[in-house]
Amino acid sequence: MIRFILARLVKAAVILLAIMIFNFLLIHAAPGDPAAVMAGEAGATDEKFIADLRARFGLDQPFAVQLWTYVKATVQLDLGYSYRQSMPVIDLIWQRLPATILLTMTAFVIALVLGVIAGVLAASKQGTWWDTVISTLALLFYATPLFWVALMASLLFSVVLGWLPGYGYQTIGANYTGIDRVLDIGKHLILPATTLGLFFMAVYMRMTRASMLEMSRLDFVKTARAKGLSNGVIQRRHVLRNALLPVITLAGLQAGQIVGGAVLTETVFAWPGIGRLLFEAINQRDYSVLLGVFFVSAAMVLLFNLITDILYVLVDPRIRLG
Amino acid sequence: MSLLEIENLAIALPAGADRPFAVENVTFSLHKGEILCIVGESGSGKSMSANAVMGLLPEGVTPAEGRIMFHGRDILHLSEENRRDIRGKSISMIFQEPLSALNPLMRVGAQICEVFEAHNLLTPQERMRRAVELLTEVGLPEPEKAVRAYPFQLSGGQRQRVMIAMALALEPEILIADEPTTALDVTTQAQILSLIEDLRRKHEMAVIFITHDFGVVADIADRVIVMQTGEIVEQGPAEDVLLRPTHPYTRSLIAAIPGMKERPPEAEGKAGSQESPVILSVNGLNKTFSTGGGLFKQARVVHAVNDLTFDLHLGETIGIVGESGSGKSTAGRCIIRLIDPDCGTVRLSDVELTKLSGQSLRMARSKAQMIFQDPFSSLNPRARIGRILTEGPIAHGVPRVQAMERARELLSLVGLDPSAVDRFPHEFSGGQRQRIGIARALALDPDVIIADEAVSALDVSIQAQVLDLLADLKARLNLSMLFVTHDLRVAAQICDRIMVMRRGEVVEMGPTAQVLGQPNHEYTRSLLAAIPGRHHEQAMRLAVASE
Repeated sequence: MIRFILARLVKAAVILLAIMIFNFLLIHAAPGDPAAVMAGEAGATDEKFIADLRARFGLDQPFAVQLWTYVKATVQLDLGYSYRQSMPVIDLIWQRLPATILLTMTAFVIALVLGVIAGVLAASKQGTWWDTVISTLALLFYATPLFWVALMASLLFSVVLGWLPGYGYQTIGANYTGIDRVLDIGKHLILPATTLGLFFMAVYMRMTRASMLEMSRLDFVKTARAKGLSNGVIQRRHVLRNALLPVITLAGLQAGQIVGGAVLTETVFAWPGIGRLLFEAINQRDYSVLLGVFFVSAAMVLLFNLITDILYVLVDPRIRLG
Repeated sequence: MSLLEIENLAIALPAGADRPFAVENVTFSLHKGEILCIVGESGSGKSMSANAVMGLLPEGVTPAEGRIMFHGRDILHLSEENRRDIRGKSISMIFQEPLSALNPLMRVGAQICEVFEAHNLLTPQERMRRAVELLTEVGLPEPEKAVRAYPFQLSGGQRQRVMIAMALALEPEILIADEPTTALDVTTQAQILSLIEDLRRKHEMAVIFITHDFGVVADIADRVIVMQTGEIVEQGPAEDVLLRPTHPYTRSLIAAIPGMKERPPEAEGKAGSQESPVILSVNGLNKTFSTGGGLFKQARVVHAVNDLTFDLHLGETIGIVGESGSGKSTAGRCIIRLIDPDCGTVRLSDVELTKLSGQSLRMARSKAQMIFQDPFSSLNPRARIGRILTEGPIAHGVPRVQAMERARELLSLVGLDPSAVDRFPHEFSGGQRQRIGIARALALDPDVIIADEAVSALDVSIQAQVLDLLADLKARLNLSMLFVTHDLRVAAQICDRIMVMRRGEVVEMGPTAQVLGQPNHEYTRSLLAAIPGRHHEQAMRLAVASE
């Protein structure tokens, strides 16, 4: 097991390195000389000034040296400096990361738990109106654009009904501490996390339903019935456990999309996370922040994948011991 | 006094099935301590009858008529709760495929304990102790360790033992065994059969044994029921049904069993004599698989084919025989380079296959064609038969019209109507599809045909027809063939020489009559001894012939 996790970590590190290099190539592929752009923004077109800038930022060094410098800095979590926000990029990210992790993890759990429950329900009532209603609802959430659902939810629950706060991470100026602060953040979390979660729920619901129905037809379910087990035990212990395997695989693949979906949700709900940071950085052409966010979100996707891989191994002995 | 009485049972199939009833007018009884074999081909309704007794009919399939009396109660009309009480406790069941019949994510001990749990018996500790005792009784090595194993860690035979342990847990009065040995190797099958026999005697249990194999019937049955398309055509004591069958269907089934009989003398010598030129020459062929290796883990190495050397002569058929894992299929696939061998040479009509690649390999490969085991998955379900038969020739430059003409000829050659070119695979039965598979292999005019378990998935009467077809084609077209099979009886029918493989190595090779008649190697002898019903075979055949 530890070996397996180590092997996966090594693989993740290699992928991360590849992403770094790809990121670096991306800067190089961008049109224009960064030094010239910087000089232009500073209002100077003097050749010597540009050459000075080049030397200062190491842009006169050979490609390999530049790459090495970049990788070394990134590994040390030195992601550069944002001149727009007058802060090191890593500090900006550290400020925003907890909010995003809280949002995506909550949404992930909501999607997975609701999706599996809905899938089990739909499968056990296959062909009845339950099945139809659940499947239709799930499809509806999936087919509706995320930002629209976010806007409507905000409008209904925050503006019209006034039940929940419609934007932000906490009540500004309230300065809650302890349990009050947790409750306050929790209240702010409900709308964005549910909106994001419901969108992804549909996929898990469909997968669970299909997988449950497929497993029900297999021989070992017949064996379980032949033992005289009750239907509830058969569904829980034999069908569901096996049916969850493909759902977990899918969850790992979907993790990246959840991080992507967070950009939209965070923007609509003014959630101060990485997604909004990315949105702002794009608007302001703040390349160093952009690259930093790319790197960190790639790392997050890898982390999600690692978690689902470990989950899979815990559930499936064939991989653990095979 | 009979233990179980089935009276006039009819089981209705859902609308749209090929017939209204899966079984009709089924009446039989089961006595304490007897083994009752229900024999029939696929679709005969033998499994449906057993599932009805267990109350495990598939969805949409319902008993329409009749009674199943057990201890004075009609179990067809019991509530689900009462039925559950009987299942596993009074009547238990084992299935054909022991891997899929066990939950892959649960330890086998826990799966055995579930039987006690389902009937609220014993404490968890006692259940586990019983599980170990049961595994000991069914002869699993190291039962204390085995209870902690997952199904995938056990062999096929061991898994079936686990299933039997599970079925025996509550000492049921009736054990229903639905083709329990069909998926097993012949030596394992022999062990499982004798285990069931022993347990029956020890526990005085009645067994309903469902099988398609008359050899198995001859070995274990007290009484026999023969079913055909949902109806019982004959039943009686095993001796009577096997030696003095009255119904023509029973007789045809018994006659269709491939026998270990001597091959007709005209088949010997004429074709496949070893004086004819060598068409395929295999020398020092090796293939090693390594699995499970990784960054931190030692790879597991399997020598699937170890130093294989032989010559196949023009018009000759060599049987490659062995149990699962013997490397027989890998050998066939290496020769045609569906898998690349590690080393060794394969010369097919003077072309060295192992060194070729790309275009030249594709050209050379058309000279060796395969027939596969599963007639269902080996034909593209979305392609018409015409396309299936012409794809190869067209790829090799034959004009479409000409290829289509040839496809029609081939279809009549394998005994199908030429109009089949316009139809899809699902419109044909298993036997017909296998004929199409044969036609496809012939379409490229190959020098050598490799048949990989080509008749193993077929019912015995269909198997006999396809074997006849192959023998006929072989004689007419002077085909050279490698015939990969696990079934020595099938090999005896069609092969000129037989090569016995075990764990990647050839243990014995020689003319069919010699290998089967006077085997040199211990392993060949054990394979022959394990064939079910051998001692009855001669008697059965004589009886049928004398009618």
